[in-house]
Amino acid sequence: MMTLEEKQQDVIEEFSLFEDWMEKYEHLIELGKDLPLIDPEKKTEDRLIQGCQSQVWLESGISDGKMQFTADSDAIITKGIISLLIRVLNQESPESVAKADLHFIREIGLHDHLSPTRSNGLLSMIKRMKMEALRQI
Amino acid sequence: MLETEVKGKRKLELEEIRRDFPLLGREVHGRPLVYFDNGATTQKPKRVIDTIERYYSLENANIHRGVHYLSQQATTAYEEARKKVANFIGAASDREIIFTKGTTDSINLVAFSFGESLKEGDEILISHLEHHSNIVPWQMLCERKGCVLKVIPMNDRGELIQEEFEKLLSTRTKLLALSHVSNSLGIVNPVREMIRKARDYGARVLIDGAQSVQHTTIDVVDLDCDFYVFSGHKIYGPTGVGVLYGKESVLDAMTPYQGGGDMIKTVRFEKTTYNELPFKFEAGTPNIVGGIGLGAALDYLSEFDMHEIEAHEASVSAYLGACLKEIDGVRIYGESEQKLGVQSFLVEGIHPFDLGTILDQQGVAVRTGHHCTQPIMDFYQIPGTVRASFAMYNKKEEVDVFMNALERAVKMLK
Repeated sequence: MMTLEEKQQDVIEEFSLFEDWMEKYEHLIELGKDLPLIDPEKKTEDRLIQGCQSQVWLESGISDGKMQFTADSDAIITKGIISLLIRVLNQESPESVAKADLHFIREIGLHDHLSPTRSNGLLSMIKRMKMEALRQI
Repeated sequence: MLETEVKGKRKLELEEIRRDFPLLGREVHGRPLVYFDNGATTQKPKRVIDTIERYYSLENANIHRGVHYLSQQATTAYEEARKKVANFIGAASDREIIFTKGTTDSINLVAFSFGESLKEGDEILISHLEHHSNIVPWQMLCERKGCVLKVIPMNDRGELIQEEFEKLLSTRTKLLALSHVSNSLGIVNPVREMIRKARDYGARVLIDGAQSVQHTTIDVVDLDCDFYVFSGHKIYGPTGVGVLYGKESVLDAMTPYQGGGDMIKTVRFEKTTYNELPFKFEAGTPNIVGGIGLGAALDYLSEFDMHEIEAHEASVSAYLGACLKEIDGVRIYGESEQKLGVQSFLVEGIHPFDLGTILDQQGVAVRTGHHCTQPIMDFYQIPGTVRASFAMYNKKEEVDVFMNALERAVKMLK
């Protein structure tokens, strides 16, 4: 089992292989396509995180003391970034999720996507993931 | 290039005028910038930038109240700018030009001040094509006053259905608030005819010119609208300044909605009297440099023939439209012949946010999303569109760069 920090390092290493933006985005798009989808009937208002540009649905639960997240988005690049967040935060204790410093996003050059002006719902999604974790503590 | 030449006007030599706009020379993500987000805001010519710098370096003072040299000079410059605006849109007098923060602020001013005279059951007519800023202030007015908001429907091509418009008009219609050009589809509404029909029922008419004043010749007297509103920053001027044109008689009958300095004649605790037009609607120290900067932008634009600018922008837009139709799965939203400044589209199976992100990585700036027109997106049942919008400095070569970037994005995302 990797720690949260090891998982972040793993993502950073994976992205360091890409020479240019295009390969990076192609990889994100692939990750987005592989992300398990949320069933349409579960795409309800309470799971929806509204962004101005793209929308995100998030479902969370806890099993054996570890957080379980499933998410989806209508935009594929947003989905790719979501899949990275889930890879890092899934199977972590609520405490580690709540206090996680997700520095990998900055280090792989995707921090622009987390600025509030992007309005793609990602920033709100991270907040929501941490809130869900806090509720479990 | 166009052959028509108007005497005394500068020809639209693109490479030359592009050098007037310093920002156009920059790179984004290591690529030469292609700026197709002019509907959101235009870039500024050096003349505007220099005017702002000179104002703060040499001329800054508060206006309308100082006896000293700088204050008088600043007042003159600000009032000159007002005259330039009046001239530019063909207003009868500069008393009819109110400086505001922008289009939204102008509409809110009318919604509050003109709206004060409305009564329960009075109707306000807007259209399905409006920007949120020409919807929400009227909804708020309806809540305050018990008025009724009616909406002119659109058809699949993005045009307003004129027969429905005529059915919605009645003597209860007190105001028609209508965009000249749709910001998200580029559709040009037949405002002249619609104004005339609204007049037959005694309704006042507000024209939202945020997406028309920079693209075509505007003559408010000829249009015969009661109000015409636009933003400075979409017509090569600074942000934070806009214009409300109002017919003098209509503005005279309206009470101000913001009180403060500059808008008063006399202030007594018992009773205050208001200043005359246009000052009674300009409470507090205005955006002085904004007004002067807007004046400089209009001076710049006036060097050219507006008809030539309109024809040039139309040819760039039509060229992009034709290129887009060559691509599999593209749907252009807003298919009317009457379009200005905008091509809005989607590629089947691709989210606009994804397209916009990959275009941005290639140095191409477009707007994606609902463009503050959610009712239009709901009509088409889409999350948004990709919108390319043009200005006088855009060129067909940029459309070629855009198309290459788009084809690459589509390949990645399909």
